[in-house]
Amino acid sequence: MSENYSIPAPKKHPLSLQIDPALFEKATDEEKKQTDVMAESTTFFKDGMRRLRKNPLAVFSFWVLVVLIMIMLFAPMVVPYSYEEIITVEGVRDKGAANLAPFQYSAKEQAYMDKYGVRIFPHIMGTDELCRDYFIRVVYGTRVSFLVGIFASLMVLVIGTIYGAISGYFGGKVDLIMMRIVDIIYSLPDLLVIILLSVVFKETMDFSSVPVVGKLGTNMVSMFIVFGLLYWVGMARMVRGEIMGIKQNEYVLAAKSMGASGSRIIRRHILPNCLSVIIIMTAQEIPAAIFTESYLSFIGLGVALPMPSLGSLANAARSGMQSYPWKLVFPAASIVLIVLAFNLIGDAMRDAFDPKLKN
Amino acid sequence: MAKYIVKRVILAIITLFLICFITFFLMNAIPGGPFNGEKAKSEAVLAALNAKYGLDKPVGIQFINYMKNLLHGDFGVSLKTQRDIATTIRESFKVSAKIGGIAIIVALICGIVLGAVAALNRNKWPDHVIIFFVTLFTAMPSFVAASFLLLIFCIQLQWVPVWSTEHPSYVLPVIALSLSPMAYITRLTKTSMLDVLGQDYIRTARAKGVRPIKVIFVHALRNALIPVITYVGPLTASILTGSLVVEKIFTIGGLGSKFVDSITNRDYPMIMGTTIFLAFIMVLMNLLSDLVYKLVDPRIQLD
Repeated sequence: MSENYSIPAPKKHPLSLQIDPALFEKATDEEKKQTDVMAESTTFFKDGMRRLRKNPLAVFSFWVLVVLIMIMLFAPMVVPYSYEEIITVEGVRDKGAANLAPFQYSAKEQAYMDKYGVRIFPHIMGTDELCRDYFIRVVYGTRVSFLVGIFASLMVLVIGTIYGAISGYFGGKVDLIMMRIVDIIYSLPDLLVIILLSVVFKETMDFSSVPVVGKLGTNMVSMFIVFGLLYWVGMARMVRGEIMGIKQNEYVLAAKSMGASGSRIIRRHILPNCLSVIIIMTAQEIPAAIFTESYLSFIGLGVALPMPSLGSLANAARSGMQSYPWKLVFPAASIVLIVLAFNLIGDAMRDAFDPKLKN
Repeated sequence: MAKYIVKRVILAIITLFLICFITFFLMNAIPGGPFNGEKAKSEAVLAALNAKYGLDKPVGIQFINYMKNLLHGDFGVSLKTQRDIATTIRESFKVSAKIGGIAIIVALICGIVLGAVAALNRNKWPDHVIIFFVTLFTAMPSFVAASFLLLIFCIQLQWVPVWSTEHPSYVLPVIALSLSPMAYITRLTKTSMLDVLGQDYIRTARAKGVRPIKVIFVHALRNALIPVITYVGPLTASILTGSLVVEKIFTIGGLGSKFVDSITNRDYPMIMGTTIFLAFIMVLMNLLSDLVYKLVDPRIQLD
């Protein structure tokens, strides 16, 4: 080596960049370590979740939702009242228990407690005009809202993704026809169509004999049908756009040239890459659905009586707003809280999962 | 451009026809004719009534007749009040259009100003305050906003009188209607303004020594407002649907509350007429905002 160093070999060509390897020093082990990848390799999902956890608003909203869900699930087990039960004292209906303020007892209840020296479970949010415990009604209303939100977003997820994937993957004439249909559905005023369908379903269909669905009422079913018919178009458009873009990538071409099957390309290369869009859209669909449900319940097209919904509770509370404002405040505040929490999480998810916004 | 206009107009007409179609056949799917009231009518009376209103003909023919009447501005007669629906719509829409129109203007002006202020003071306190309220208002359904406004300002504080036809007070209904669209416009303007402020021509203008006020209003805001134009269509739709509940809460006799009443009364011709009328306005506004959008910004590709 030293020989070479002392007598540099003559260049074969004056313009050649022929470099003598002996001029270089070997890197020490320490120096080699610097080129090692320090960060652990993560999956897309883990990476997104890590960034989501760093967002204080999202974490706070998450815990708010956890608390709400806990109350929603366990309150009916703890509270001795049911949402359609009129308050009774010693087996007799207590007609004086209407429109009680929060934590107030009716005269009969008070007398009963004094007589036996026991405590009756308090009416945390008072009672309504038909002597029913208001807290448990708000809890059931919240259940309805969550159920609608999650079910609707799942439907949007399934229908929208499949429709968008087919349209985007096949392209050409298939895409043209499928997207024209989407255009037309997209231009329909959705709330008007929902109102219309709800009116019709209310008159024509009867699901009351079907177990779970019957309790929710026909309007709820019609709402789900409408979500299935109308709300998926936004998702389909997004997924289709993403797939159109991803399809052009070199790695898809490489996979194709190596003989990968169509389904493998969709599963391994295309779907994981549009996952972020799908997650974000699904998360944002939940508050939108909750909004629509409460709106429809408010104008009297929501869940069937006596099942409460936050919207119908707020509507019923309007008549006594002057004397019993809390009856409006509780359901209204619940809607705002739920939608706010979902909105904030949705926004945080968009920031966390959208690779285009990565700094 | 001409091709684009034609395409958009055709799509709008198809949409409208589809809405009429859906509305008509959905309403016809409801069992029981309009004359199956509480009082039982004899077969002969029913047949005469059906013949008078053309209900004895097949549904297809009825639909064609309905469409023909519709094109002449005839929406039929309300089952509940026996009044001409077109007149009812015209009269009640005057009230709704006034409130809705003011709400649209308020939402646009406040939204744009707040959005621009938030963008120009990015990450400073005005931005944080504005975004806090925007986030809150987007999570507030219009009926919640309207009920709270009524509760606080009409009932508790008694600052604003309750609505009456002699002394209409537009303040609260307009605020209730415009809050959530305003929040959306604020967001939209802020994002678009931030985007524009990062552009090269803003830097050039500043480097040339153009006054900051002029940069903001002439160079930045004008370009930042282009995306807002596309929102005018959905904005109208949101205000119209919002008016259904807001008018009910404030007991305003506009088209919105008439529509809700017709739903509770099962007044099918009225539901049909109002739906088609509202849909027509929404589709029209969508069309207009799309066309204006393309006109204003020649950079947008026509496809």
